[in-house]
Amino acid sequence: MNEKINVLKKEIKAKLETIHSVKELNELKVEYLGKKGPIVALSGMMKELPVDEKKTFGALLNSFKNDVNTWFEEAKNELEEKELNEKLAKEKIDITLDSTSLPVGGKHPIQMVIDDVCDLFISMGYDVVEGPEIEQDLYNFEKLNLPKGHPARDSQDSFYITEEMLLRTQTSPVQARTMEANKEKSPIRMICPGKTYRRDNDDATHSHQFHQIEGLVVDENISIADLKGTLEILAKTMFGEDRTVRFRPSFFPFTEPSLEVDVSCFKCGGKGCSLCKGTGWIEILGSGMVHPNVLRECGYDPEKYTGFAFGMGPERIAMLKYGINDIRHFYTNDMRFISNFNRKEGGSTDESK
Amino acid sequence: MKVSKSFLSDYVDIQDINYHDLAEKMVFAGNEYESIEAICDAKNLVVGEILECKKHPESKKLSICKVDLGLEEPVQILCGAPNVGQAKKVIVAKVGAVLSGIEIKKAKLAGMESNGMICSLAELGLDSKYVTEEDKKGIHILPDDAPVGMDAVKYLGYDDETIDFELTANRADLMSVLGMAYEVGAIYNKSVTEPEIEVHEIDGNIEESMKLDVETNACSIYLGKLVKNVVIKESPDFIKTRLMASGIRPINNVVDISNYVMLEYGQPLHFFDADRLGNHVIVRNAKKDETMTTLDGNERVLKENDIVIANEKEAVCLAGVMGGLNTEVELDTKNIFIEAAIFNPLNIRYTAKTILRSEASSRYEKGIDPNRTKKAITRACMLLEKYASGEVLQGMLVHDEANHEDKKIEISLDKINQVLGMNLTKEDVKDVFSRLQFAVEEKENIFVVTVPTRRLDITIKEDLIEEVGRIYGYEHVVGRMPSSTVRKGGYSKKGSDLKCIRERMQSLGLNQVITYSLLSEEESNWFGGDEKESIILASPMSEDRKVMRKSLVPSLINVYQYNRARGIKDVQIYETGSIYYKEDNQYIEKPVLTGLVSGTYLTNSWQGIRVNVDFYTVKGIVENLLQYFGLKGRYHFEVEETMSDMHPGRTANIIVDRTKVGYLGQVHPKRNKQEIYVFEINLEALMTIKTRGIKFKELNKYPTVKKDVAFIVKQTVTSEEIKKVIMKAGGRLLTNVSVFDVYVGENVQPDEKSIAYSLEFQDMTRTLNDEEVTQVFNHIIEKVETTLDAKLRDK
Repeated sequence: MNEKINVLKKEIKAKLETIHSVKELNELKVEYLGKKGPIVALSGMMKELPVDEKKTFGALLNSFKNDVNTWFEEAKNELEEKELNEKLAKEKIDITLDSTSLPVGGKHPIQMVIDDVCDLFISMGYDVVEGPEIEQDLYNFEKLNLPKGHPARDSQDSFYITEEMLLRTQTSPVQARTMEANKEKSPIRMICPGKTYRRDNDDATHSHQFHQIEGLVVDENISIADLKGTLEILAKTMFGEDRTVRFRPSFFPFTEPSLEVDVSCFKCGGKGCSLCKGTGWIEILGSGMVHPNVLRECGYDPEKYTGFAFGMGPERIAMLKYGINDIRHFYTNDMRFISNFNRKEGGSTDESK
Repeated sequence: MKVSKSFLSDYVDIQDINYHDLAEKMVFAGNEYESIEAICDAKNLVVGEILECKKHPESKKLSICKVDLGLEEPVQILCGAPNVGQAKKVIVAKVGAVLSGIEIKKAKLAGMESNGMICSLAELGLDSKYVTEEDKKGIHILPDDAPVGMDAVKYLGYDDETIDFELTANRADLMSVLGMAYEVGAIYNKSVTEPEIEVHEIDGNIEESMKLDVETNACSIYLGKLVKNVVIKESPDFIKTRLMASGIRPINNVVDISNYVMLEYGQPLHFFDADRLGNHVIVRNAKKDETMTTLDGNERVLKENDIVIANEKEAVCLAGVMGGLNTEVELDTKNIFIEAAIFNPLNIRYTAKTILRSEASSRYEKGIDPNRTKKAITRACMLLEKYASGEVLQGMLVHDEANHEDKKIEISLDKINQVLGMNLTKEDVKDVFSRLQFAVEEKENIFVVTVPTRRLDITIKEDLIEEVGRIYGYEHVVGRMPSSTVRKGGYSKKGSDLKCIRERMQSLGLNQVITYSLLSEEESNWFGGDEKESIILASPMSEDRKVMRKSLVPSLINVYQYNRARGIKDVQIYETGSIYYKEDNQYIEKPVLTGLVSGTYLTNSWQGIRVNVDFYTVKGIVENLLQYFGLKGRYHFEVEETMSDMHPGRTANIIVDRTKVGYLGQVHPKRNKQEIYVFEINLEALMTIKTRGIKFKELNKYPTVKKDVAFIVKQTVTSEEIKKVIMKAGGRLLTNVSVFDVYVGENVQPDEKSIAYSLEFQDMTRTLNDEEVTQVFNHIIEKVETTLDAKLRDK
């Protein structure tokens, strides 16, 4: 009997070698392990054995059966893997072929600047505030220490609708409105981005419609040092960690003292290059301490409160950051221009490194 | 304001200071500059003496000159100027000199050697407005005492450097060289020397022969002096070159003196021919439509806001702006009446704006120091005495209602330090005021600062803080953060909704654009704009930008057409912006979202995948947004056939609950030839719809049963109608209905269509059995058939 098992063992092993598909394997399995197969026949022969041999042979046959099952299992796994590999090999594609072009949208570059600035100031506790674009002369000029006939109105040639209504020439009226609505109730920290309009002929550096972002902080004991610290963070966020700012005294009717703000050139790091015209510095915004007349007009006691304000042009910042040389691109919306901006920004804009 | 170094040096000692350094220091005191230039920056020019001059044998024009340049040997120079024969001392450009970018080389002219060039003033690069008619004819002839061999540019004073300052609107005081001297003095801690004003008056008093009447309150000071027997000739060189360096053309000694004194003090003067003026000077407002001819020969029509100087007969001067032709100082003028006055800045500003701007008006508009008027008129008398042989009469016509008092402003050290955020000492602050030549008294912890009248811009303590900041230097400010209570910042609801909408649009493949708010009147009336009252500019710059837009669609179509003209067909864009109109006399601004899509939305050509934009693409974009706003199940679309700028068969209104929030569809071919689709959504309406918060619904564990059905209906029956019936009949167990096929053609009548739906049934609590699904399914079929006159399509 043992001999029979050995013969069978050899026979099965040899046959398994010749099998090439799961189907053939299954047929072979039925042939040997099926009800009419030789292994079942062997167990049938067992009852003819004497009792003492029965036990030994039973154990032997059982272990043989288990072995055969295992061989079939292994062979099946091997074959399946082989078949899968063959299938995968057939499925090979040319991965260099063109991809499916999915529609991709992006932000307008001016929006990118506005969002970056707003996000920064929100993180410093500022509210983003909006105001009307069609504004009263009162808020656009008069409450900002620019009475009728003031010479500084000349630099802001305006689109009037009636004698009292105009398209705002700056976002500063939003400051006046915010102060007036708040009236000393609580400290103010706000930033207001938005569209503004002036009677300029459109060319590479002028646009009758443009944007401004202005910031305002009013509280007790606000100083120029606070303004400088705040703008240093702005400069680093927008133009790179190594940036520094400097103040140049200037004049704006709504601030006293007034300061122009330069940021160290992000292209050359301050050594002097074509972008900064050799000076190492780039003018980016105007700022100052809120004029006491403005505070008073808007319901704040200038003896008790001080504040700083600053304003910048997102177009100018975008032009500097992204190397755009014509302001009209922003409003023409050539898709070849716009599509430059449908990605996130990389690390730093600091080209000096 | 152009400031010459030599001019400035007369009043503050800056000879040894590099003028470029000075300009930089001025920037950090608040005074920007445009450029630094010399009148002439040519090198290698010397004074030469023509020793011999004879005609060239072979050339009619050329002369051969032997010229002494102060070297060992005279050199031979050929010259073609017609006046070379009369010249003795001339300007010679030596070999190697560069004139207007051209290098002077040794040359041979008509066979003769030439070692340099005898120059005209134009060849020196001088602005042609400074070159006299006489000088335009040929070479420039120097005086006989010009030292041979000396640097000619230096000799002429043309090496004087000029800084062209761009002054801020508040600094009226800096429109004078003297004001600049005080500013520079403060920066460098140097004292200022005021101009000399000593006059030797002759017998006779102006008051005996002349009378002044000021009949307007727009003139606070009017002073008049009489100078007799002036001799009109060329000005001395220093006056001429300083005027040139200041950008003013020298004319003759008398006119030049009036300009010179204006530059010195910032006080405009006017010189009248006293004999033509007459003996009665009247300052008054112009009469309506009064006319006068100004110095430039133009007749001006005046209004009551203009101020004039008049005699008894007529207006003779447009006050503060320009003199009249009828009393102009001319070559035969003998006696001069000098006016030094201060007029109301607002009146001058009005006249300057409506009639003409001048050096004088630009100073008057900003304001004049009342304590300089008398000094300036005296200085002018002195210079006329000295350089025009004038005889100054005693006395002065005087009208003076001005306040001549210096202002006193109180400020504490604490306030200065609080605003600047610095820790200055009393001494630091006192040093700044002393540099500015402001007197300071200390009363307890308060500085009482006396601000001279020349600084009209300083009126409040904040102005003094600025003075301390800019003179002490803002570079000493150390940045810090505002220390007020920590608070939360953020967007408004509208702001954050807009941000989310923009992100959603971008994720759907649309690019943000920003376009102009102003449109032409015609465009502004498109896409429903004509239903709203326009906001129109009073004085637009062009017809194209005249009306505030009432829809963003025309702007986006413009963007499409711009791109299309450049071969870009796939334009998928959106804008969030405002529309503007008037309603019940109110100016309304409402936020809208507008999109435009065209061309191919999704493509892979080699695989034959190409999704062209159509109505349903745009509808998908809009639905995606509405669902993002939590409005699933609350919105639907209604046919819109009345918008004249939209395709009548491919336009829908977007309805949420019962309110129209916008529309979408294909643009009418009359507005755009190509097939493009747009949508516009009133964001105010969308943002104010209340929706429930997000709440997780337990997942359904039980299987879904799917069943398909197709109906044949009349073409006019919409999918929406059928769906509504199905939903209603399906009840609670029907969880989803979607169209999977729409068919017209064979086996369907021409006025009919076949529309096939896939239905899904499910229950939250158990597995459905076939029987109950079939029962509901049959009910649905029956309802659709009876309600919509539909037929079940044969399978």
